[in-house]
Amino acid sequence: MMQGDKKVTQKDDLVIRFAGDSGDGMQLSGTLFSDASALTGNDIATFPDYPAEIRAPHNTIAGVSGFQVHVGSHIYSSGDKCDIIVAMNPASLKSNLKWAKKGATIIVDIDTFTDSAMEKAGYTGDPFSEELEHAYTIVKAPISSFTERIGSEMGVDKKVSEKSRNMFALGVIFYITHKKLDQTNAYLARKFAKKTQVVQLNQAVLREGYEFADKLELIHSHIVEVATAKMPKGRYRNITGNVATAWGLLAASERSGRPLFLGSYPITPATDVMVELAKHKALGAKVFQAEDEIAGICSAIGASYAGALACTSTSGPGLSLKSEALGLAVMVELPLVVVDVQRGGPSTGLPTKTEQSDLNQALYGRNGEAPLIVVAASSSANCFYWAYTAAKLALEHMTPVILMTDGYLGNGSQLFRIPKVADLPGITPRLAKPNDPNYRPFRRDPVSFAREWALPGMEGLRHRVGGLEKCPDGPLTTDPENHALMVYNRQEKVNRVANYIPDQEVTGNPDGDLLVVGWGGTSGALTLAVEEMNNEGKKVAYTHFNYICPLPKNTGDILRKYKKIVVCELNNGQFAGYLRTQFPECPMRQYNKVMGLPFEVGELKEAFNKILGE
Amino acid sequence: MTKRHFVPKADIDYTKADFTSDQMVKWCPGCGDHAILASLLNVFPKTHHKKENICMVSGIGCSSRIPYYVDTYGFHSIHGRACAVATGVKLANPSLSVWINMGDGDSMAIGGNHLIHIVRRNLDVNVTIFNNEIYGLTKGQYSPTTKFGQITKTSPFGTIDYPFNPGELIMGAQGTFYARALDVMPPLTTEIMLKAAQHDGTSVVEVLQNCMIFNDKAHAAITDKAVRDDKIIILEHGKPMIFGKERNKGLRFNGRCLEAVTIGENGVTMDDIMIHDETTEDTGIHMMLARMKGDLPVAIGVIRNVVKPTYTELYEDQMDECKANGKYKCVDDLLNSGDTWEVE
Repeated sequence: MMQGDKKVTQKDDLVIRFAGDSGDGMQLSGTLFSDASALTGNDIATFPDYPAEIRAPHNTIAGVSGFQVHVGSHIYSSGDKCDIIVAMNPASLKSNLKWAKKGATIIVDIDTFTDSAMEKAGYTGDPFSEELEHAYTIVKAPISSFTERIGSEMGVDKKVSEKSRNMFALGVIFYITHKKLDQTNAYLARKFAKKTQVVQLNQAVLREGYEFADKLELIHSHIVEVATAKMPKGRYRNITGNVATAWGLLAASERSGRPLFLGSYPITPATDVMVELAKHKALGAKVFQAEDEIAGICSAIGASYAGALACTSTSGPGLSLKSEALGLAVMVELPLVVVDVQRGGPSTGLPTKTEQSDLNQALYGRNGEAPLIVVAASSSANCFYWAYTAAKLALEHMTPVILMTDGYLGNGSQLFRIPKVADLPGITPRLAKPNDPNYRPFRRDPVSFAREWALPGMEGLRHRVGGLEKCPDGPLTTDPENHALMVYNRQEKVNRVANYIPDQEVTGNPDGDLLVVGWGGTSGALTLAVEEMNNEGKKVAYTHFNYICPLPKNTGDILRKYKKIVVCELNNGQFAGYLRTQFPECPMRQYNKVMGLPFEVGELKEAFNKILGE
Repeated sequence: MTKRHFVPKADIDYTKADFTSDQMVKWCPGCGDHAILASLLNVFPKTHHKKENICMVSGIGCSSRIPYYVDTYGFHSIHGRACAVATGVKLANPSLSVWINMGDGDSMAIGGNHLIHIVRRNLDVNVTIFNNEIYGLTKGQYSPTTKFGQITKTSPFGTIDYPFNPGELIMGAQGTFYARALDVMPPLTTEIMLKAAQHDGTSVVEVLQNCMIFNDKAHAAITDKAVRDDKIIILEHGKPMIFGKERNKGLRFNGRCLEAVTIGENGVTMDDIMIHDETTEDTGIHMMLARMKGDLPVAIGVIRNVVKPTYTELYEDQMDECKANGKYKCVDDLLNSGDTWEVE
């Protein structure tokens, strides 16, 4: 399609990365772009790539913060390599060039390429070598000086106006992606409603960026129009995984009639679950910021004893601290949801980077025989459903449930088709009846093996629970047969959850020569890799696990069907090891990555092709 | 602000028997814990709280077995975490009367963090610390309150740990109620515990308790009948600080510190004797009273009892306000808030 002398190319998807100094407003530019895209019909996914430091020294590589947006017709992940990169200073260019696709468009604020800034970024020669200019389309935009000029025309101090530099970059991006500015102008007017000058300045800088691009012939051949998505009918919004998790818990609370309690301690990247729930006292959510991780889970266990839908949110090191209390929750058989937003480990590890290396800890990290349910979300949006499911399982089976998400899902965002709470599956907590003469603390439902929940305040059901072994009637005992029985019962209760969950599904080409196995937050890249390979004529089957413990009942049947299986995960093979203990008859290959980064489609396809060729 | 009380009153009068459980009490014969249990069982009927709404929460140790010996709801949790578990119980259901029972190791070593924070928040719960200055259930290791230099299983050459004074710790954490009791004086302990129950906020009662197996006579220097009257002073709000077998000794503030004086000697009259005021906000005198030992009598009774809004009230007030004024009435409202759009 031609627009004047400009060439507009149609594309299925586009990956854009906004990179700048922490505080350059890259997250905001990215969010505004993704919101505008979503409203014009694109599917989207975003992912922030931010440093652990809040404001590392200006112009250093350590201070670079990025925000990646993937827009298109059907988006599974925030994308691998970028079609467009915005680099607001030399350090951002240096550290983000590795994400650029061949021929990518790179927009830099040329005004920031001063000798000292280039030196700080580690450049010894000209950053724009002939080689670079040849490989990419480099747009050297005088963003700082243009922004300053607009500011001074409006009588705004430089210190204030330079905060609007991100709007210039955004304006350029809107031009290149053939989008209108209306949506963002409206947002700015709303956000800074009381600061007319700020609104005017930002809108003017945005427009200036757009017009700058319009005059720049260099990019006229690079204008792209991204295909809109064909999405199921319904109402949509953009949502991050951590907010989706928080909302899923709220929905489960409303649906089950049990008030929500969250006892937590701040920890990256899980904090936003607590931050979100803390806003919703009006919906009955009681959030308690505890003195430490242990108090977080212990207060939740206390709240569960008192009748709440009790939750605690954390990340790897915090889960380690909660281990002993998790054992207590297993022993007292109370409902509890533990959200583990995984990050790179061990120890403090890589707080702001993603990984799936807490799986062993979730499955086994307690003293004694201490089984519990483990489930994992697989997209930012479905964190809502998995949080809801975790709560449902905890309340209906009287057991702690660990919900595994990760930094990639938690901080990333996606489109979310808004459900009606009434349409979600019902939740029936196993509440005891007051004054039931037959109530015994560890009397079990013969089918599910779950016990009943008698709440302090209920008449005629006074009882004691605790970490010491008890007999089914309640009193303490060290009787050997009783201990064996209670250990069996607790395990059997978790095993029987498999009777209540759906069968595992196989997608891709179910008759494939290779079965790709994934779990949790990697489904975006895996889905796309398998889809592309099947489109290329290869035969690849794919199964992605959300129910981790217990596994769906047909898991063995699926695994036994395939000669070649590859288990892909962002750790050294924890899920593969877990599957091997249960299905030793199935040989499994592994594809692992422990770099604090999500999978890329390219590397997955390469690995799968290699296995197919063996 | 008007005080909010959340725990419902019973419409019948209970007796001690109503709270006695059918479980065998398995503490050593002669253990001070028996007397503390008896005091608790005597306090519950006096609080008139509905029996179903009383919840005992404990950690780990000899004293923490107490929930099994009281016929109420109870949670025997894990070592050091009683305060944390109890916080969840009380926040989730403010209508429960929550009693936390811990030993000195449980509350001030492994659980020290939770203790200072529950006190700092002033959650409306009752804490009883059974202080026998030793780890009993693990058979005789020194605790955070063991006297300096004492020989125990893990300090064969004497401890070089300076002990905590629980009163100082509690008041340092902005405690609103601190009392000290003796296991050998059960009626007084009951009286103190009742005041603790009536206090709005975190009440802490430290009971000096004897472990006759691993630290026998730890408190004998002040609790032996022969010396007790001269070695302790029982503080009563609004009354002069008098002690001694002859009731002729008292405490005087000399402008720098507290001193024990004899009324009628060296020109000392009753006018010189301090009047106990448990309600002063400033912790100065309360700290001095809690620290007394050696030449000064050990203070027994309610040392500090001040009014401050409780975490429980503040929390429930916020909840009520948010529910009344909140933008979202149900989760559907929240899901559909902000930028949303329809796909046809």
